[in-house]
Order: sequence, then structure tokens, then C-alpha cells
Amino acid sequence: MVKGIQIDLISAERLSKMTTMEKIHLILDNVRSGTIVVLEKGLSPEEQSALIEMTMNEILPDGFNGIEIETYPSREESPGFIARLMGRTGPESRLTVIGPANQLRMIRKDRDLISAWISTR
Amino acid sequence: MDIITQTKARFSRFLAAFFRKRRARIGIYGPPNAGKTTLANRIVRDWVGETIGVVSEIPHETRRASRKTDIRIMDASGDSITIDIVDTPGVTTKIDYKDFLEYGLEREEAVQRAREATEGVAEAMHWLREDIDGVIYMLDSTEDPFAQVNIMMVGIIESRHLPVLIAANKIDLPDAMPQRIRMAFPQHPVVPISCVGGQSVEDLYTKMVQHFG
Repeated sequence: MVKGIQIDLISAERLSKMTTMEKIHLILDNVRSGTIVVLEKGLSPEEQSALIEMTMNEILPDGFNGIEIETYPSREESPGFIARLMGRTGPESRLTVIGPANQLRMIRKDRDLISAWISTR
Repeated sequence: MDIITQTKARFSRFLAAFFRKRRARIGIYGPPNAGKTTLANRIVRDWVGETIGVVSEIPHETRRASRKTDIRIMDASGDSITIDIVDTPGVTTKIDYKDFLEYGLEREEAVQRAREATEGVAEAMHWLREDIDGVIYMLDSTEDPFAQVNIMMVGIIESRHLPVLIAANKIDLPDAMPQRIRMAFPQHPVVPISCVGGQSVEDLYTKMVQHFG
């Protein structure tokens, strides 16, 4: 039997329709089962904070031991007047890769490149 | 006491209560083994004469946030601030008890340490969300500052509009590169220090008075 790794690429459109907890559960449910999740648009700082907390709650001895997460660096341009008016004051979140810490290793990250190594269990 | 005096006293107490600012709580955050407790101990020892926590080479020695209140820090010009210092557990996205076995811990002890460490990380995030007014983000100058957890944590702190000072620790080590930390976080003041040797700790106190005062 051929062993493989499942990779789910989740579109920005789908993410935009989800609440914070829906996103966190989607990520952690997938990652715990060994799936690599790629988000077209990254999480907000509040969502990242919730993800760290929820991840800690899920860690078990000899089981799930956490996540590896990597994202492109934010673009530093300050938002324009309209963006500020619409409430977007922080840097834009970008493509994000999340996987099980015991399977996903980040090899290299540049401004526009994330190189990762994935092992089978 | 006549009625006018009583009324004046009551009004003064009301104004004092209304305008009294809560003492700033400064959280020391950062990844495991960056030297957070060593810095907390140094600050508390320098200004109060006590210590706040135990230091160890084994990661996640600090698994509960601990607070020391009423610390008055003074800079060379005589300006001062009075703060509470909160030493927090190292923040990470992964904890494996097997990593602790390499330090000679028995399995049961390592599992217990890992469980407490996960609770500690969650507690540190909770403090940041609810009870922290400013942050010293502690980094090991010999490690890669671009690690995702650092980028995420500084982003989370910025999103809460908290003042941040970045302490580039362990500059006494030969492969320390505090300039990489400056490159990683150009938007924040970076103070290269050695908590163990005490190098440039006075500079950190000056920045704390300026930044958190």
C-alpha cells in the first residue's frame, strides 16, 4: 500500500466565511489526523493567539505534540486611508502552512518562499 | 470637621480614585530558554533584593506566571517608574515530553513537566490578553529571531497596542548576533544585554523608564 500525506489547501473565500473557532477547529482537527493545512490567507493575531492556546489544550503524551506553522512575512506597507476607515490597521496576513510538529519541518523561509519537509508517520 | 471640609475630603478621594492609574504590569515574554526568568530575577534583585523564580537549562522550567509587585526602577538621570514584573512561561506551538528525557528526566517526570508546560503556555497567552500593560520580549541572540513563534507573538502584542521592548539576551556568547534581532523587528527598540553577566542591563532600565513610564 502506498503511504501518503494529505494536504488541504483552503481558499481565502472559504476562510472569510468562517468564525475564529471554526477556523481553529478546522486546522486542529486536520493537523491532529496528520493532514498538512495550507491557508491561502493567514490568521489574524487574535486567531493566532487562540490557535496557540487551543493547540496546548490538545497536546497528549505519545500523541499529538503540537503544530509547526510558517507564513510569508507580512507586507510592511501601512494601510491607506480607506483601509484604515474599514478597520484594517494591521499588516496583511499571507499564505500559511500548518502541520503536525512531528511530521512537518521548515527548511527555509524567504520573503516569497517557504520550503518544507514532510515525513510520513 | 465641618460640612465643607468633609465635602472637600470626599471630593478629593473621589478625584484620586477616578484618576488613579493602575501600576503598569510588564510581562516578560519570549520562547523557552531565552532567559526570561534570569532577567526577572536580575530586575527584582537589583531593585528589591529578592528573586522571582528558579532558572534551569531544561526548557520550560517556568510553568506558571509569577508576579512581583511594586518594583521602582530608576534611570541614571533619576527618572523612575514603579511597575509589577510578570515572569511568564516560554511560548511555543509544540511540546514533546521526549525532549525532556534528553536532560535525564524519568518518563513520568517528563510527561508531568510537558503537561504543566502546556498549561503554562496557555496561561501566558491568557495574561497577555487580560492583564499585561507592556512587554519585554526576550530573545536569545544566538538563535534565529525569524522563528515563526516570535513573529506571531510580536504581532499579537502589537495587535493589542501594548508597548514592546525587545531584549537581545546572551550577548556574552561568541555566536551572539543581536543585529539580526534588530533586522527582524526594526519597528521596536532592541536592547542587547547579558542577563547572566549583567552587561548593558542599565541600558535596559533606562529604556524601560522611557518606554513604560
